[in-house]
Amino acid sequence: MANNLVEFRNLRTNFYTSGGVVKAVNDVSFAIKEGETLCVVGESGCGKSVTAMSLMRLVSPPGKTEGGQILYNGEDLLTLKERQMRHIRGNEIAMIFQEPMTSLNPVFKIGQQISEPLIIHKGMTKKEAKKRSIELIELVGIPRAAQIFDSYPHELSGGMRQRIMIAIALSCDPKLLIADEPTTALDVTIQAQILDLMRNIKSEFKTAIMLITHDLGVVAEMADHVVVMYAGKVIEEAPVHELFRNPKHPYTQGLLRAKPIINQRQSRLYTIPGQVPNPVSLGNNCYFNDRCEHCMSICVDKQPPLNTYENRHKAACWLYEKGGEA
Amino acid sequence: MAQAVDTTSTNAEMPKTKPASPWTLAFRQLRRNKIAMSGLIVIIMMFLICFVGPFLSPYSLETMSGPSNKGPSASHWLGTDKLGRDILLRVMLAGRISLLVGLVAMMVSVAIGSTLGALAGYYRGWVDTIIMRFADIMLSIPALPLLIILGAVLSDIQVPPDQRIYLVMFLLGFMSWPGLARLVRGQILTLREQEFMQAAEVLGLRDKRKIFRHLIPNTIPIIIVVATLSVAGAILMESVLSYLGIGVVPPTPSWGNMISAANNLIDFKKRPWLWIPPGVCIFMTVIAINVIGDGLRDALDPKMKK
Ligand SMILES: Nc1ncnc2c1ncn2[C@@H]1O[C@H](COP(=O)(O)OP(=O)(O)O)[C@@H](O)[C@H]1O
Ligand code: SF4
Ligand SMILES: [Mg+2]
Repeated sequence: MANNLVEFRNLRTNFYTSGGVVKAVNDVSFAIKEGETLCVVGESGCGKSVTAMSLMRLVSPPGKTEGGQILYNGEDLLTLKERQMRHIRGNEIAMIFQEPMTSLNPVFKIGQQISEPLIIHKGMTKKEAKKRSIELIELVGIPRAAQIFDSYPHELSGGMRQRIMIAIALSCDPKLLIADEPTTALDVTIQAQILDLMRNIKSEFKTAIMLITHDLGVVAEMADHVVVMYAGKVIEEAPVHELFRNPKHPYTQGLLRAKPIINQRQSRLYTIPGQVPNPVSLGNNCYFNDRCEHCMSICVDKQPPLNTYENRHKAACWLYEKGGEA
Repeated sequence: MAQAVDTTSTNAEMPKTKPASPWTLAFRQLRRNKIAMSGLIVIIMMFLICFVGPFLSPYSLETMSGPSNKGPSASHWLGTDKLGRDILLRVMLAGRISLLVGLVAMMVSVAIGSTLGALAGYYRGWVDTIIMRFADIMLSIPALPLLIILGAVLSDIQVPPDQRIYLVMFLLGFMSWPGLARLVRGQILTLREQEFMQAAEVLGLRDKRKIFRHLIPNTIPIIIVVATLSVAGAILMESVLSYLGIGVVPPTPSWGNMISAANNLIDFKKRPWLWIPPGVCIFMTVIAINVIGDGLRDALDPKMKK
């Protein structure tokens, strides 16, 4: 079995807001294996982006990573010096974002922006960087690369800009590519192309991908392994086939029911009733209890632990605990 | 390296025109602005006359070139002063000094203002507080009285006239950075939150590179506009100080100290050729720079239009 590339151990990241402390990432543990695509799913606000930014060590005030470890190849990133961390960012771990339209600096040519990490991390000369940049532009499937090299961002469409972002991310051959909702802002056909591109990259370069999404369609298409988050906690984790065949947590079951089935008309889309709880006033209970149709008395008294079941399946729900109803 | 995906699918997304930088676009718009272009022509003429003109003049400043206090004539187009020096030559040489003072003061102000403004906007917190409080203090002190005091101090400690012009340049530049710093800070505050800065962050860049390579270039339109207008401001301020005898002092000529001839009632009434030419030069230069600045503002930053 492949080694763990990244391992989150009891990670905690809090935001100190005027309304109180928001536990955006609350005791999160999971691992990303080398060359694997791991999807992190969950409703908006459940802490997916903050988890990724914690890995990059780019959580900015009022947020603070205050506990746990993030092991990268066995080394705890949270103890590295800022200088060492800069060497990891963009070089070992790269990241792309949701908004391709605004993710490129409007005053620089595309070529300059792809060359920059090559010059900084790989010590290339301008000329070498240009050659490599043009290869990268071709690699992400944009024709007439030499011409694109000299273009400005405003001359490209959203889909092309996201390809350029991917080219920049890939420039230094990272071991891990974090993609935070990379297709959410794109229209459906372009989405499919970008996902295709990411799949090809994974198989060609053996890059591990941490793909953040709230779209289970994307998960089904891309993931090897899935982590489901709710209100800052991992509530279920499993290989993708296992998760889709046998979702354990009522929240995951709800998400799967909420997914529209293509080519099949439904009178009304199923949505999970209720709302994500106020992240400030969370107690010692199952955070999903007020939306759960199986809620039991223990669910409001005690938080269910994340336990491991057969087929590398983990879930945090009292329904599957022996002592559950006791 | 192999191509990861088939490229034909993206052919339709290709840009249609050949790459045009935002600068080219802005310059094209500036070219269509007739008023700004005439301002530009005036300034270019002014620079040419002041910097090339003296080489074509048959006279030199050190020697008396004619009878003193004579009005315009064929040999001295703008007449001569009380020491018999050719006024046209003096106006051109004074222009060199005045334009140079304007340019250097602008550069000093841009260097200090954009750097401090960017640092304040990028780091926020106590860095921001210190820099901006300092800027507020400078903005709340009226410039003219302060400059008069400093000018008087310069005269008191008897700085030699040729070194004095450099001090005046730096002084004027140093007085005018807070306005620019405020504008740059405001822009950096919003720019630093934009996605492309997050994208720069994940590339593992140093702060220095993020500030000077990624953020400040995005504020260049506003810097250019403010810088242009500040050249005019510095020229005007230099003239005022020199007129009062505490800026650039004779024998170094400047438009301002040439106008001070008008202080003398006889010169003012009877010898207008002494003070009208430098006055017209200041007037034309300042107006020209201001219309260029307005044109640049319209071309570079459509949001700033009223
Ligand atoms: N800058 C911030 N200030 C305060 N709270 C924040 C900030 N960024 C994120 N949070 C909190 O962290 C939680 C998780 O956010 P995020 O990770 O962005 O969610 P998502 O899963 O949609 O990516 C949110 O509920 C939000 O309240
Ligand atoms: S622990 Fe209880 S409330 Fe929470 S998901 Fe399971 S059954 Fe529902
Ligand atoms: Mg997010």
